[in-house]
Amino acid sequence: MSFLSYMINGISLGSVYAIIALGYTMVYGIAKMLNFAHGDVIMVGGYAALMMMMNAGAHPLLAVLVAIVVCTVLGVTIEKIAYRPLRNASSPLAVLITAIGVSYFLQNIVLLIFGSSPKSFQSVVTIPDLKLAGGALMITGETIVTILSCIVIMIALTTFVNKTKAGQAMLAVSEDKGAAQLMGINVNGTIALTFAIGSGLAAIAGVLLCSSYPSLSPYTGSMPGIKAFVAAVFGGIGSIPGAMIGGILLGVIEILGKAYISAQLADAIVFGVLIVVLLVKPTGLLGKQVQEKV
Amino acid sequence: MKNKKLKSNLITYGIVLAAFVIVEIMMATGNITSLLKGLLVPLCVYVVLAISLNLVVGISGELSLGHAGFMCVGAFAGAFFSKCMQDVLTVSGVRLFCAILVGAAVAAVFGVLIGIPVLRLKGDYLAIVTLAFGEIIKNIINAFYIGKDSNGFHMTMKDQFSLGMEADGVVILNGPQGITGTPKDATFAAGIILILVTLFIVLNLIDSRDGRAIQSIRDNRIAAESIGIGITKYKLMAFTVSAALAGAAGALYAHNLSTLVAKKFDYNQSIMILVFVVLGGIGNIRGSIIAAVVLTALPELLRGLSDYRMLIYSIILIVIMLFNWAPKALEWRERYLGRFFKKSAEEGE
Amino acid sequence: MKKMKKFSGVAATVMAAAMVLSTTALADETFKIGGIGPTTGAASVYGTAVMNAAQIAVDEINEAGGVNGYQLEFNAQDDEHDAEKAVNAYNTLKDWGMQVLLGTVTSTPCIAVEAEAVNDNMFLLTPSGTAVDCISGENAFRVCFADPSQGTESAKYIGEHALAEKVAVIYDSSDVYSSGIYAAFQAEAANQPFEIVASEAFTADSKTDFSVQLQKAKDAGADLVYMPFYYNEAALVLKQAADMDFAPLWFGVDGMDGILSLEGFDTSLAEGVMLLTPFSASAEDEKTQNFVTKYQDLYGEVPNQFGADAYDGIYIIKQALEQAEATPDMEYSEICDLLKTAMQEITFDGITGTGITWGADGEPIKAPIAVVIKDGAYEFMD
Repeated sequence: MSFLSYMINGISLGSVYAIIALGYTMVYGIAKMLNFAHGDVIMVGGYAALMMMMNAGAHPLLAVLVAIVVCTVLGVTIEKIAYRPLRNASSPLAVLITAIGVSYFLQNIVLLIFGSSPKSFQSVVTIPDLKLAGGALMITGETIVTILSCIVIMIALTTFVNKTKAGQAMLAVSEDKGAAQLMGINVNGTIALTFAIGSGLAAIAGVLLCSSYPSLSPYTGSMPGIKAFVAAVFGGIGSIPGAMIGGILLGVIEILGKAYISAQLADAIVFGVLIVVLLVKPTGLLGKQVQEKV
Repeated sequence: MKNKKLKSNLITYGIVLAAFVIVEIMMATGNITSLLKGLLVPLCVYVVLAISLNLVVGISGELSLGHAGFMCVGAFAGAFFSKCMQDVLTVSGVRLFCAILVGAAVAAVFGVLIGIPVLRLKGDYLAIVTLAFGEIIKNIINAFYIGKDSNGFHMTMKDQFSLGMEADGVVILNGPQGITGTPKDATFAAGIILILVTLFIVLNLIDSRDGRAIQSIRDNRIAAESIGIGITKYKLMAFTVSAALAGAAGALYAHNLSTLVAKKFDYNQSIMILVFVVLGGIGNIRGSIIAAVVLTALPELLRGLSDYRMLIYSIILIVIMLFNWAPKALEWRERYLGRFFKKSAEEGE
Repeated sequence: MKKMKKFSGVAATVMAAAMVLSTTALADETFKIGGIGPTTGAASVYGTAVMNAAQIAVDEINEAGGVNGYQLEFNAQDDEHDAEKAVNAYNTLKDWGMQVLLGTVTSTPCIAVEAEAVNDNMFLLTPSGTAVDCISGENAFRVCFADPSQGTESAKYIGEHALAEKVAVIYDSSDVYSSGIYAAFQAEAANQPFEIVASEAFTADSKTDFSVQLQKAKDAGADLVYMPFYYNEAALVLKQAADMDFAPLWFGVDGMDGILSLEGFDTSLAEGVMLLTPFSASAEDEKTQNFVTKYQDLYGEVPNQFGADAYDGIYIIKQALEQAEATPDMEYSEICDLLKTAMQEITFDGITGTGITWGADGEPIKAPIAVVIKDGAYEFMD
């Protein structure tokens, strides 16, 4: 019985990683950059929603909408000011370092505005917990909502990328920017759209993260951000279903590692599994193998 | 060509020596602030780290996000050595020298062990696996307890009571509390010597036959392979040398503070070293030195801004990155600041 | 690439010049008290509380006429909860002319700074550095309880009051504070009539999900869970335990203080939580009320125990300076020698305890206060 309940806990934790990883993988897959500030955009989303609910007394759904708008605007602005000028830089590392700068910037500006005290987040989820086996097993409402959102987002994103014109443009840009431009695709616009979607997803992830683990501080986003990044690589960077599978697996491994091996080493176990997976399958579980040509 | 390179290398050595002489004069005449005095050893540590990471990122062309892991291994190995030998080796300079050698050696072993699997991967996947190894090292050291008593060493991963030591036992490595009371052996002179040795190793490696092989792999892996260059061997060589130097830097770091905790060596630390390398110019050794010094000192100089300090720091970081890397900014600088920069450009090539 | 070098070269020269020229002005009319603690970074909540509260105390003292007729000056420096940065902060303060140090706030940086302070013979009073090694030198004293004494006192309290037979401990194994208390608790538990049925660790990198630890405590049949860590994590633990219908007795340490003022926290979850804390923001004595009101007016939140320790810390320094009859024109080393003796002579009454005295080891001698949370407020227990 306790194994089942560990599994459920693992899936709930994993679903949070998965929803963050979806945004990560989206930006990485199209813009080909590791956006180290993604975790901090999540944190900003959390603060936006919290402020709406606490100070403006807004309905949770409205708060989520506001958070999405705030993060979308933020994401597009960051892309325009900090990342776009470096897109054609001589090394892809330049934009990586700038992303780190942006991450520090977001943490410190939030620290100045909202202070360092952690805030307790009110859950936006109102559906009741699901109790199984006479109360011995329990799935929280937050978990149910997170998993459902993950699935909905995953399907929506896959459909969007494969079926719409804008989505096709994204695929083209991710394949070859130069060629896409020659075919008349607005590369800047497409990448901005990617960031808009990725950051909007970050807002949803932020609200759900804080609903499941109701504590919000300027540094809330960084560790889940890194874990979600690991999840995205795990599933194969750029693959939308891969991000979801990677996230959930990561959560389950973390919880089972904690439960049966050692809580101190839970993170070492997670990273160890990642290494083994990448050594066996160097592009992640669902990643595409690209053949290098001369 | 060869002469120019030699000249450029000599200038790099010259800068380091000049910095040493200037600081020594300032110290002798008492014209030095406590802050600067306290920063000297950390500056040397970060310079060595930046140079060593540049060997992997710039010369070998692999993005490593786990450099702090090697620093961590070296720091703990060095500090552990000094704690055990404190009564045997009483001359601090000799003890530090041995500790640095131990740190470098242990880090080199880890470099080989980690390098063999990691270097099979490419690009961002390699980056994430190095990050993973760095975090694993941090987590494992955090969970280790090592003590010493009359019966010898005791080790456990549970807690300090599980060491089961005699009454005379001393806990050396105390889990998350790390190692405390490492002798403060590090000096500025030792740091400068370590920088010079690092420069000597790295610059000679770059200009050697092996170094050219490493760079050819970076520039075109398949072409290099087709002319019979052993990819794994050369990559592993660069990776291991880099790890050993990071370990040496870590050992020096450990002997500058009385407390050493594994938490310090997380991915943020690795990224910080990477920032030095990228800001100073990928593959540019002299740039790494300058960037490491500037970026380590910058937060200290911004202390006057109190609460806004780290915010301003992040803005400066973003702006310098844009100024140094954005193609548009480079073009603009060419046009308006061309004359100012021209001379140095000619000198450098 | 090459141009960059020139640019950074110029920048480096300018910065080097700035560092050399930063002056060390010495005004002789005021006591210069330095403060070190994290005001940015993940531990910033503790450092900020200390700096804010210390400033309040300094302002109060100055308004009331200062110490020995001299005004106090307080300079707070950020250490980002990092030993290396803390030493930099310490050196910055020395350049500023610091004579007495209040700090550092967190344990690991404190150990590093203390080593420097011992060398310099600088008086150091840490408000909240709990690790034993924080005050290894003769020049170092502490306001709060040390880790071992907290752990030992907690175990004794639980044993003597027969609160439970089966105890589970959840602790942060990557944190010096938490693992230090846990180690002492475990050692003392052997002498007490209860049994530790589960000791479950978590780490700083995975401190959002506590379901495994709680599940294990529940499966082991624990009727009391000991939580030697900070209130932020404690809030998550309490919520997750409520989610899984696990309702043992909860027992915390001084880091738990602050949970009731956590913005947005459902305080009903903390109902019945017991903790050992030297400070209670709801205590009705005049001193505490004065401090809490001022803090709330200035910073908009209820102060926690870190702030209280720092507030007392400044008053302790004041009393010791008065006892030693020190004057600001003395060198810091001279002041340190005087304060070392003075600290062992004074008896201090503050908001974190009354009748506090210090031994040569620098540890405060005071009684821990146990409180229980009832109707969203602390209630004293005996």
